[in-house]
Amino acid sequence: MFKDYKGKIPGKLLKELEQEIINQNLPKNKIKEALSQLEEEYAYAKISPGEAIGMITAESFGEPGTQMTLNTFHFAGVAEVNVTLGLPRLIEILDARKLLKTPAMEIYLKKEYNKDASKVKKIAASIKQITFKELVNEFSLNVGKNHIEADLNKKKIRDLGITETQIVKSLQESLKGSKVSVLKAGIIVKAKDESDLKELYKLKVKLKEVIVKGIKGISQVMPVKNNNELMIITAGSNFKDVLQMKEVDQIKTKTNNIFEVAAVLGIEAARQSIINEAEHVIQDQGLAVDIRHIMFISDLMTIIGSVKGITRTGITREKESVLARASFEIPIGHIMNAAKSGEEDHLTSVVENVLLNQPIPLGTGIPELVTKNPGKK
Amino acid sequence: MHVSKKVAKITFGLLSPREIKKIAQAKIITPELYDKEGYPVDGGLMDVRLGVIDPGLRCKTCGEKLKDCMGHFGYIELARPIIHIKHAKTILDVLRSTCRECNRILMKEDDIEQKSNLLAKVRKRRGMEVYRRLSNVYIHDLKNLKKCPYCQAKQYNFKLEKPVNFYENEKRISPIEVRLRLEKIPDKDLEVLGIDPKVARPEWMVLTILQIPPVTMRPSITLESGERSEDDLTHKLGDIVRINQRLFENINAGAPEIIVEDLWDLLQYHIITYFDNTVSQVPPARHRSGQPLKTLVERIKSKEGRFRYNLLGKRVNYAARTVISPDAAIKLNEVGIPFYVAEELTVPERVTEWNLKYLRKFVERGPKVYPGSNYVITPEGKKKKITDDTQELLIKELAPGFIVERHILDGDVAVFNRQPSLHRMSIMCHKIRVLPGKSFRLNPTVCNPYNADFDGDEMNLHIPQTEEARAEAEILMQVQTQIITPKNGYNVIGCVEDAISGNYLLTKEMEMPKEEAIQTLFSIGFTESSQFKNFKANVTGKEIFSAIIPNDFDFLGNSKACKKCEKCKKTNCDVDAYICIKKGKLISGTIDKNTIGEDNGTLLRALHRKYDADKTLELMGLIFRLGVVSLLRRGFTTGISDSDLPEKAKKEIQDEKEKAYKKVQEYLQQYKDGKIEAYPSKTVEETLELIILQELNKLRNKLGNIVKQHVVENNSTLIMASSGARGNILNLSMMSACVGQQALRGKRIDKGYVNRTLSIFKEHDRSPAARGFIKDGYKSGLTPYEFFFAAMTGRDSLMDTALRTPKSGYLYRRLSNALQDLRVEYDNTVRNSNKEIIQFSYGEDGIDVSKSEGGSINIKKIVKDIKGE
Repeated sequence: MFKDYKGKIPGKLLKELEQEIINQNLPKNKIKEALSQLEEEYAYAKISPGEAIGMITAESFGEPGTQMTLNTFHFAGVAEVNVTLGLPRLIEILDARKLLKTPAMEIYLKKEYNKDASKVKKIAASIKQITFKELVNEFSLNVGKNHIEADLNKKKIRDLGITETQIVKSLQESLKGSKVSVLKAGIIVKAKDESDLKELYKLKVKLKEVIVKGIKGISQVMPVKNNNELMIITAGSNFKDVLQMKEVDQIKTKTNNIFEVAAVLGIEAARQSIINEAEHVIQDQGLAVDIRHIMFISDLMTIIGSVKGITRTGITREKESVLARASFEIPIGHIMNAAKSGEEDHLTSVVENVLLNQPIPLGTGIPELVTKNPGKK
Repeated sequence: MHVSKKVAKITFGLLSPREIKKIAQAKIITPELYDKEGYPVDGGLMDVRLGVIDPGLRCKTCGEKLKDCMGHFGYIELARPIIHIKHAKTILDVLRSTCRECNRILMKEDDIEQKSNLLAKVRKRRGMEVYRRLSNVYIHDLKNLKKCPYCQAKQYNFKLEKPVNFYENEKRISPIEVRLRLEKIPDKDLEVLGIDPKVARPEWMVLTILQIPPVTMRPSITLESGERSEDDLTHKLGDIVRINQRLFENINAGAPEIIVEDLWDLLQYHIITYFDNTVSQVPPARHRSGQPLKTLVERIKSKEGRFRYNLLGKRVNYAARTVISPDAAIKLNEVGIPFYVAEELTVPERVTEWNLKYLRKFVERGPKVYPGSNYVITPEGKKKKITDDTQELLIKELAPGFIVERHILDGDVAVFNRQPSLHRMSIMCHKIRVLPGKSFRLNPTVCNPYNADFDGDEMNLHIPQTEEARAEAEILMQVQTQIITPKNGYNVIGCVEDAISGNYLLTKEMEMPKEEAIQTLFSIGFTESSQFKNFKANVTGKEIFSAIIPNDFDFLGNSKACKKCEKCKKTNCDVDAYICIKKGKLISGTIDKNTIGEDNGTLLRALHRKYDADKTLELMGLIFRLGVVSLLRRGFTTGISDSDLPEKAKKEIQDEKEKAYKKVQEYLQQYKDGKIEAYPSKTVEETLELIILQELNKLRNKLGNIVKQHVVENNSTLIMASSGARGNILNLSMMSACVGQQALRGKRIDKGYVNRTLSIFKEHDRSPAARGFIKDGYKSGLTPYEFFFAAMTGRDSLMDTALRTPKSGYLYRRLSNALQDLRVEYDNTVRNSNKEIIQFSYGEDGIDVSKSEGGSINIKKIVKDIKGE
């Protein structure tokens, strides 16, 4: 019986009905009635053609936006990483910013690793990025010999379980052309021949940021217990490198950086990621916005195959109409460009028609009536 | 009235010098504006051939008067070519991409063909944005070519020194030379550069002729002193004409090259600022007062510019605005308007032979007697005002075909709005109720969708003027159609404040004699006496409530008080939280915010599901009024005594406070001894702060519970809190027990002086009091420093709102701009204005949220209904 309604009613609703029939023990002879009732209600709830659904979605975000807080600090668990939430985060998501204020990851581990606290701690420590400057007490520039001496913090190195050869290796790799050698006093980095003081100084700055250990970009790690399972929460994100670790559960691990998701898992995953992130922000604020609106925005942001923000350089720029673009931001630039290439505006969207005092192509503005002119009597 | 599309498309392009001349009605040759008599000079900038701005004059071109002549363009011949500032970048691109000798594009013939074909294809299929990006790639590739593939000439480095000076190998190229080179570029070469030669030859970007806008576009204003003050544009054009004349004279007189060059540069400067007075590197042209001139670009740009201020911000007639005030006695979809407004706003009504008599009466009453009329429109379309002089004639003339603009009456359609109009429920259609007074009256129930209150808010009212508009307003915008928000599928309209506490008390405990009960029901406008049939001598509140519920209505639900026991006792619930309505009888349960409130009032939703929106609205009105009236009968007040606590409770509170303080002291001691262990990736200090904050928050919750246990049963504040009408128990405990910790940015207060918050504390004092813990309640009063801490958090939240509003406003503007032309098509797909598919089915299932229940179809209910329980 359910088969007859496939295509008429969405599968999700049918499944739900099937479940509910079992739950409530509906007698078999009444199933048909239930189905036709559902069909009727679905027909009622279906969206009408011409509905300005974009505007409704914009309203559904804009109105709660006024109720969101500007500064939220996450304190759910005592030990959680501070993440941006509220309006700033929502803006970040919708703008499709590449640099996040607080990038963060939730790293789940494979079953073999996620029980033992000490193991997890070790894995966490191995992920955290350690820059050279953290291991050094003092840098000194030796202009005469044209090199930099770094006085190592031996205790810290030992605690972190790094060997000096490892350090030298990573230094050499990232500073091509400089010679690195280990002395008793510490590490000496020799600059290129004929470098002046300025270049030496530049080298020092570069030297400081060399990553000796861990994964680039992950500045904080925190093992956390979550439903009988240990996982790692990080500040900073590097989705690609983390997923490549053998201990990591690739399926469950998450990042809040949408561009990384797009780069590693593709645009469909990025779409879902936008949905998840936006929904999280809205729910965290105790607001209720229907998932359809969030999905809609996410679809729009990813429709052309890459993540585009809702900004003048993002979606709005892709608009076909000159006047629509011009009336949003930087009108002169758009008009000048349009004039140069002889652009045409076919007045298919809303603003242009508002500009010209004409009916807009939405809702009741769509239908047109054509009649034969009977001529004057 | 008939509205139809008149413009089908707009093409953009540049005006060629020839076209400018063709359009022009006058050649401007003199910077003088008026002669001695104050009459516009021929060949001056205010030439009457360019239109008129003085009431008496007639335009020499079209012969029309002030309002009928739209104005005409003129032109001036420039003595030397001038670079158009807004095209400088394009000119640079073109010059770089073409040969300096033979002026061909630096690209082989085959390439030209292939690339321009590709560009044309991209333009057609992928849109202008991609087209432009591609042509920019070509331009970029051509930039650094050193040799022409045609004449083999060596190419030099080309530079644009802002704003408009071109340099080739550090040698300046004059605009004359620039124009010469641009002229020689063949049409087909230009296509590769993203230029359409049919509408935009690059040499037109170097001006030889300047178009002069009509006078009507730059009207002068006469000051009170009788002096004339010219528009900014006229000033600027005056400068241009003057310098241009001087340049002409100097060239003809054979003046030295330096002088000519200087004047040329000056002319260039004036023309730059004429187009755009905000170009960087160019000092803005100023008035004598030092205020920068507003020239062409500034007229268009930004929020106050033509686009956003005039073209997208339409102003309308037939509108009114005044203060709003509440009136619970009118219907939810009505709006009360003052007589003054009703006499001013009108509805056009066409005279037919059937309503001639009726409408004649309106004309007879005229504009001064209330249901009268202000204007009559003749069949020829002439609008005639009804005055004492014209009235008699108009009454006589009135015949079918005339239109009478009559005063608005009860039941007319109005569109009501409050800014900021953040969602579609901010503009709804109401029916008019003309009332005495001077404010708009609205039912407090509809405050929520408008986000209105009555502390001085003003709202706008519009009267739709056509049948089409009225029909749309009534069918699509009326209050009852907007009960459920498309944001999340919950109801935005529901009972508020006293209506909730009234119904709560009524269904919880009230009882009254039969007569009184019937009186109550009649007073709310409920007259179905069949519903009172079964009333006994003493009627319970539940029975009164049941009277207004339709007899075929069944409902099950939970009150706010529901404790979610493992095994529900149903109708025998201890706290009477199981709401059961059978056949329109409220059998058990107390009505509160959960059932009749805003945002998911379950009873309202059930009514909406079973009956239509009109009926729901009517019932909602009844329920609302029932609540208010029964509260009035019972009597309800709140005062300081609500926060009184018995001695026992006070002592308990004191004990708890002391306990918590002790605990904090212990933590501080542990910290001093170095015994506190830091949480992962937190410092010891941070950890300590967290622990203390937690402890103090725990204290506040504990005190809240104590207060709840000890307040008197019928405490009004408590009733309001537990019915959901206003406030919560925390507010009460803040009054009577303790305000609690003031937190800034999620931390205890730690700013102020060096190492301390206020100078009365010792340095490094981490005790609760020194870090913003307010131990007193509002009733017992705050100490000065406590007051200060409270003010700190108060200011912080004030800042937050002040900063948030513009941010979220901009986000909203961007969103609505990006999304406004997306719509659902007849094939159920969601598409943009370019017919590209965004979603195949809206929200994957095609359900309209505003027609759903919280975003989905209530399948549980369907099965339940069919099962027949």
